[in-house]
Amino acid sequence: MLVYILKRAGFNLGVMLVVVTLTFFLMHLLPGDPFMSQRLNPEIKANLYAKHGLDQPVARQYLDYLSALARFDLGESLKYPGRTVNEIIAESFPVSAAVGILALVLALVLGVTLGVLAGVWQSRWPDRLILAFSTLGLSIPNFALGAGLVYLFALKLKIFPVAMLEKPIDLVLPVLTLAAWPAAVITRLIRTEMIEVLKRDYIIAAMVRGLDPARVILRHALPNALPAVIHYSGPLAATLLTGSFIVEKIFALPGLGQYYITSIGNRDYNLVAGITIFYTFVLLVATFLTDLLAFSMNPQLRYRNGS
Amino acid sequence: MKFNNKVIIFILGILFLVFIAACSTSPAPPAAPEQVIRYNIGAEPATLDPALSSGMVEQTVANALLEGLVRLDKDGHPSPGVAESWEISPDGKTYTFKLRECFWSNGEPLTADDFVYSWLRLLSPETASPYAYQLFYLVNGREYYAGEVKDPASVGVRAEGKDRLVVNLKAPVPYFLALTAFPALFPVPESMVSRDPEGWTLAPGKFAGNGPFKLAAWEHNKQIILEKNEHYWDRENVRLEKLVITLVSDSHTELAMFENDQIDIAETPPYREIERLAQSGQLKVSPDLSNEYYMFNTKVKPFNQVLVRKALSLAIDREALVTNLTKGGERAAYAFVPPGVEGPAPGHDYRSLGEKLIEGFNPAEAKRLLAEAGYPEGRGFPVIELLLDDNQNHKAVAEAITGMWREHLGIESKIVEQEYRVYLNTMFARDYQVARVGWIADYNDPMTFLDMWVTGNDNNLADWENAEYDRLIGSAAGSGDRAARSELMFEAEKILMDELPVVPIYYYTNPYLEKERVKGVIHPSFAILAEFKWAYVE
Repeated sequence: MLVYILKRAGFNLGVMLVVVTLTFFLMHLLPGDPFMSQRLNPEIKANLYAKHGLDQPVARQYLDYLSALARFDLGESLKYPGRTVNEIIAESFPVSAAVGILALVLALVLGVTLGVLAGVWQSRWPDRLILAFSTLGLSIPNFALGAGLVYLFALKLKIFPVAMLEKPIDLVLPVLTLAAWPAAVITRLIRTEMIEVLKRDYIIAAMVRGLDPARVILRHALPNALPAVIHYSGPLAATLLTGSFIVEKIFALPGLGQYYITSIGNRDYNLVAGITIFYTFVLLVATFLTDLLAFSMNPQLRYRNGS
Repeated sequence: MKFNNKVIIFILGILFLVFIAACSTSPAPPAAPEQVIRYNIGAEPATLDPALSSGMVEQTVANALLEGLVRLDKDGHPSPGVAESWEISPDGKTYTFKLRECFWSNGEPLTADDFVYSWLRLLSPETASPYAYQLFYLVNGREYYAGEVKDPASVGVRAEGKDRLVVNLKAPVPYFLALTAFPALFPVPESMVSRDPEGWTLAPGKFAGNGPFKLAAWEHNKQIILEKNEHYWDRENVRLEKLVITLVSDSHTELAMFENDQIDIAETPPYREIERLAQSGQLKVSPDLSNEYYMFNTKVKPFNQVLVRKALSLAIDREALVTNLTKGGERAAYAFVPPGVEGPAPGHDYRSLGEKLIEGFNPAEAKRLLAEAGYPEGRGFPVIELLLDDNQNHKAVAEAITGMWREHLGIESKIVEQEYRVYLNTMFARDYQVARVGWIADYNDPMTFLDMWVTGNDNNLADWENAEYDRLIGSAAGSGDRAARSELMFEAEKILMDELPVVPIYYYTNPYLEKERVKGVIHPSFAILAEFKWAYVE
């Protein structure tokens, strides 16, 4: 097990290095630079370049960046003077993560529940209803869903504020908006797996012997339908936790997702690279954890490893 | 089916609980009747340091927190700020400001030395201020910035005692007094700046200002809270106790918040809603010193021919564009400098010298000129590549204009959309034929629209050259007489509009939303979005 973890960590470190290198050079290849403005004054631009070390050769900038990175220093933002990338991530990630964790939990609970119900009642009305809902969840873009929820619950019913959230309960609308799509995906995944599993001999045998159907479904069928969802939820967790640009924009959430998009437009090289590295890190950790979870839940894998 | 019922009851139960929880939270109470204004500015400021910022969002907040030698009143005229009076020498090159006794928000006194420090900081290459050029007018200003002059004492700004500031300019600049109200020229507190040169505006504890308001909180990407500054010299005339500046960037969210009474002023109403908001009487429009124009690369065939440029201009129906398409109060432009810019005398509009320097929509004449240029009915004319940034509104206008070119001249066009910085890069590299550009005044003088078209200017991306134009602009820049230099600039603008390296399309306005109970907020036509010193709630 320890050998596996160490191997995995080494591999992930390699992935990080590739991501850092690609991001760094691709960013510098993009036309336009952080201090390009419609009012060009070459003297002023040269000074701004010198101040941020952008007048150095790119290879030199890359090595400087790597050595700072080794000390976990992601550098200063080029757009926001006086603020470091570390500070920006530390301030905005908790906001995105709070919304993201709630959305993840909601998507999993909703998706698994509805998926099981649909699978059990395959082709009957509850299944049709759930499928219709999940199709809606998949096809309505989240900006439209967010706008619709705001219109109904904030502007008409006045239950929640439009944006600028103050209380934890205000998170309901962004969490719903964020959770709709993954909930629909999970519903479909579980439904397909359940239909497959419920056809297997041991389930039919258990049912025929008169065991409690609820027990058969939850104890014997569901665990065999879960691995697909567990594998899916690794990358999903990383995406949800690091924030959605659209949801954060609609609800004016001061999260990380907004910075990710705006920093590219601003050519804030350090911020783009910093957030990309951070996202990669979260993604690798989440994937690793879900792999461990799947590993511990799958007796086949467990026994094979033990013998 | 025991199991089914259980599950259904469970789900219904959960839904019921959620519903109860949702209903039990009452909507937020209406804003308190105190002197508080909630203003959405539409973006997170990059910094509040006036020397490090270059955008209107940053400058608007800085203008509430700090104050220059003068402050512009509701008519845009300089009113006393830190300077209680001033004298301008007859040759227009020496300004002597008498400063009042006043204080920073931390209680420290503010003196003439603070201005010398702040202006030298703006001009220091280490500061790398994007607006350093606003002080290149000073004697040795540019030289100090370029490092050619090292001695700060030789730069044209010095303190005489605590309350006298003497400024020496290279040449008379009639708008220099108003320029001292521009954020880049604000004083900054040395005691605070020296502790954290780039981060001193980020937190209330690090910050000190001399404006009507002081910094109470800055929650990034969420809000900035300002409170009345009790150390401000003119505090008797500041009625607002608190200004909450929200940083919501989505214009539809902003509108929903305005309609939900969560904000009092919305700075960026969505383009598509403007017509509805105007019809319902909610939309307010203030003048704006900015224009939209189409620029030709005058070194590329066939756009090097004046006849071609004229024909393309004559085929544009500007009135149709502003009445049927943009609908935000824009005005069709038949000259380059927008109305509202100060001209022959303070308060006297430059455009009063002449509104119309180019002919309006005339397809027959356009056809004739195009034929004369060698392209009868558009035959043999290459497909025009029209460069835009990625803005839906700019694209809609471009589609209408290229449609007019096709209909009236038989010329086909291809619209090339590029992300903003890529688009800038393409223009600077001269890798374009025709480009859509907008320009906003930096200061209230026609020169801010005209000096860039001088041969070899860094911003003359049309690469247009005209010796007579250069001469007229040069003479105007060296003249301190407002009436004379206005005439010179007007003559120059006529040449610009006769040769049309740039074709004006329309002048912008500034649409915004403001609750009726909010009074006294000024919406200036350039540099800052809103002025709150005299604001109050009724």
